[in-house]
Amino acid sequence: MINALLALLAFQLIGEVLVRALDVPVPGPVVGMLLLFVALRARGSVPEALQHTAGNLLSNLSLLFVPAGVGISAHLALLWDSWWQLLLTILLSTLLTLLVTALVMRSAIRVVAQRDRQEA
Amino acid sequence: MDQQLYSIWVYLAQTPLLWLTATVGTYQLAVAVARRLGAPALLNPVLLAVLVLVGLLWATGTPYATYFEGAQFVHFLLGPATVALAVPIYRAERKLRQVLLPGGVALLAGAAMGVVAAVLIGRALGLPELVLRSLAPKSITTPIAMGIAEAIGGLPSLTAVLVILTGMTGALCGSEALDLCRIRDQSVRGFALGLASHGLGTARALQLDAEAGAFAGLAMGLNGAMTALLVPPLIRVLGL
Repeated sequence: MINALLALLAFQLIGEVLVRALDVPVPGPVVGMLLLFVALRARGSVPEALQHTAGNLLSNLSLLFVPAGVGISAHLALLWDSWWQLLLTILLSTLLTLLVTALVMRSAIRVVAQRDRQEA
Repeated sequence: MDQQLYSIWVYLAQTPLLWLTATVGTYQLAVAVARRLGAPALLNPVLLAVLVLVGLLWATGTPYATYFEGAQFVHFLLGPATVALAVPIYRAERKLRQVLLPGGVALLAGAAMGVVAAVLIGRALGLPELVLRSLAPKSITTPIAMGIAEAIGGLPSLTAVLVILTGMTGALCGSEALDLCRIRDQSVRGFALGLASHGLGTARALQLDAEAGAFAGLAMGLNGAMTALLVPPLIRVLGL
């Protein structure tokens, strides 16, 4: 378990260092995630301890959102001023994103299937 | 007696222990309450815990900075948790390869739409620039979204709340919207839910169908990385 934790921390650390060294506006943990993915591919399997620790961490992911969410107490005035604009923006943009993703993916699956049929 | 209570409070207010315990305890309580009531989407445990803690801070006159000294230990784990997302993505890799091309095209379109729609609709409704910057990464999972908001000059704590509201929108009416558009392929439904509304959309997809759940988790992880890459150039194009 300590080894798995060490691996997660080390990949995050490498990510943070790389992001700063290369001056790219991508969060360090995202680079850490990509590097760990590459490492897992190279290894060809997930170590059992890492599987276990990652599973534990991700199954309690929503707890980790709470401290940031409480930060809203610092922005109550802003929310009070524009609550309906925020809610409407979120509702419309989320549904738009959802449907565009679904429709594009469905069309692309059809195009690929059609091409495969023509080749066969 | 009052004097003693006061000195205990002074001690507790100075150590991170109190608010760390309150954060974990309130969350567990919120999970238990939500489960008791059949886990309705509107009673998201995160939202519930946040509301209770904001009330506690307000009632005790505690500033957020003091609260965060304790809660930062929980908050810190978001980084390692983001790195850990590599594990489920790696495990779903074979499934991913089956829909590599359609999934990739949908990922690109959906990630861009998530950012562009949020910024343009928000701007049309007159939201200030600081809020628009905080809105841009709202489709993706909180740790990544907060990192992006920080990098582009938004408010990470505001982003966290907007992300949670986005997740609740997808969980509440995403499936119905897909029904209206007659999208029945479970892989497509799951992919769209995970992409547009991250972990909360993924939880909803898992409730509806196992295959949809797997694709939702995959889309959530992929969109986290894709949005991180797309936001900086996109907000420049959008003039932010």
